[in-house]
Amino acid sequence: MSHILLKGVEKIYPNGYQAIHGVDLEIEEGEFIVLVGPSGCGKSTLLRMVAGLETITSGEVHIAGRKVNDLEPSQRDIAMVFQNYALYPHMTVYKNMAYGLKNLGTAKDEINRRVGDVAKLLELEDLMQRKPKQLSGGQRQRVAMGRAIVRKPAAFLFDEPLSNLDAKLRVQMRLVIKNLQARLGTTTLYVTHDQVEAMTMADRLLVLNAGIVEQIGTPMDLYERPQTRFVAGFIGSPAMNFVEVKLSDDGSKFHIGDNALPLNKALDTSQSEITFGFRPEHLVLDDHGIIPLKIALIEHLGAESIIHAKLNNSDDKSSNAITLRLNGHTKEQNGNIVRASIAPEHYHFFNQKSGHRIRS
Amino acid sequence: MIENRPVSTAVSHLVLLAGVAIVLFPIWITIVAASHDVARLLEVPLPLGLGDQFFENLKQVVSTGVEGSTPIGIMLFNSLVMALMIAFGKITISLLSAYAIVYFDFRFRMLFFWMIFLTLMLPVEVRILPTYEVVAQLGMLDTYWGLTIPLIASATATFMFRQTFLSVPDELLEAARIDGAGPMQFFFDILIPVSRTSIAAMFVILFIYGWNQYLWPLLITTDKSMVTIVMSIKGMMEALEETPKWHHIMMTALLAMIPPVLVVIGMQKLFVKGLTETEK
Repeated sequence: MSHILLKGVEKIYPNGYQAIHGVDLEIEEGEFIVLVGPSGCGKSTLLRMVAGLETITSGEVHIAGRKVNDLEPSQRDIAMVFQNYALYPHMTVYKNMAYGLKNLGTAKDEINRRVGDVAKLLELEDLMQRKPKQLSGGQRQRVAMGRAIVRKPAAFLFDEPLSNLDAKLRVQMRLVIKNLQARLGTTTLYVTHDQVEAMTMADRLLVLNAGIVEQIGTPMDLYERPQTRFVAGFIGSPAMNFVEVKLSDDGSKFHIGDNALPLNKALDTSQSEITFGFRPEHLVLDDHGIIPLKIALIEHLGAESIIHAKLNNSDDKSSNAITLRLNGHTKEQNGNIVRASIAPEHYHFFNQKSGHRIRS
Repeated sequence: MIENRPVSTAVSHLVLLAGVAIVLFPIWITIVAASHDVARLLEVPLPLGLGDQFFENLKQVVSTGVEGSTPIGIMLFNSLVMALMIAFGKITISLLSAYAIVYFDFRFRMLFFWMIFLTLMLPVEVRILPTYEVVAQLGMLDTYWGLTIPLIASATATFMFRQTFLSVPDELLEAARIDGAGPMQFFFDILIPVSRTSIAAMFVILFIYGWNQYLWPLLITTDKSMVTIVMSIKGMMEALEETPKWHHIMMTALLAMIPPVLVVIGMQKLFVKGLTETEK
């Protein structure tokens, strides 16, 4: 039985703007689900609808087998971690964590014990009497999580919890949260706009774009078989390269400018104008490669080099920007003309109009 | 901007000193007048230096009071009760109405807000006759209730608390809702403690407002035991058909200044924080 169930959930604001278009999602107990998408795509709205902080226009939300549409947030058996932590500024760390339990009417020693356990788990024991102001960003983050964990809810809801931390701490906390979740086994819904965060933490990802679900799947699913052009461009960094190409009449090859690339298998499409996608890391420099490139800029990152190049074609119309990702240090120079190739298993094709993946 | 130019430093100090002098001079005159005997005060020119009668006058005023007037202790007590009742009453009512306006989505919410705002244009001096009539009909003349209730509704404080509440992040409310706090729990457990400094700042302002009330107490108190100190000073000057006892009057004025000064000094830190702090 699914632990959290969303059935045709929609959100329409009083001004008529539709923020969420019919989301269906089944979450198993203990799963870590990440809602990801660009800012303004409705992912936070969807999370807040599960939390009960936004009303649900239509559809149903079930948590732990109960329909919760009309329940108050506190009755939904969830706990939430906010982007700015939303710690009560006048309460000590201890009181911040105990407040929810106190409101539930939990006995004093029970509160003491549970807060103590969580403090130990999160290494907050020395900070219990401090106020939020006296804590660093990472510590506040841990207190906010502690406040959620202490309640032993059916589900954790995280709303971009790491975006106020600096880059290094963010990577650390990512692991901390993932480990904690695995240990506690609590079903988790996690919102982020950072696709790296999404990829590393999620059991399954839900990619949302303008309130529409683009794809639900495991991180590798989304990476290897993105179902839409949006997902293909959103997942992976640097982003996937896209080139508009023409399919040959017999469907056995396609053209990038003057160059023809053969296809192993015919594509399942009637259109001849399609979008060809390939990831920067799947391009290899190859003197006999079929794709000619002119290097515009090289970024040396140490472990890898990112090459920004342009298709070097006679007709300059298709002067698409192409990114390559090479291991280690490259000796190429700006302005060099190189050739590259891609293994056919790394080809992705999308319908130019609908953006849907074309199967081969 | 930090500059290090001697001329501008000197000029700014001069301006500040002039400002301080303008504020302090009347207070100095009060202290001076309270330290002479009455004969010296009727001579011309008025003294500018301290006399030697200060403690004599103090003893006189505190022990026996000014002739024909209520004992000073009772007047100070009346003033204190009035100022505290006005300050606490205004804060309580304004907190509640600001809470309703900011956090509850009811019909005609903005209408109510603007109606409260409009009362800024109707201070007690404007509506003094009808208000007197109402208080008289309710039998509240010569009572503490009559002294304070007509002054308690406050648009200024409501507006100020509204601004404070608007600056409290929404996530605090949401976190409290998830933590199972109802409206009243949120109000008392979170909102009031978070607005602590604003409340303190408002208290200082309203205490002084209450303490300095003159016209309203003058109108509705006839019983001598209900006289407040600020209104009594005027009365002392006209009380008897003889030369005013300036030394005693000035001593009373001095005593009347002390409680507001103590409140300001005692709450200065919170006061400044409450008016300047933006981060909640």
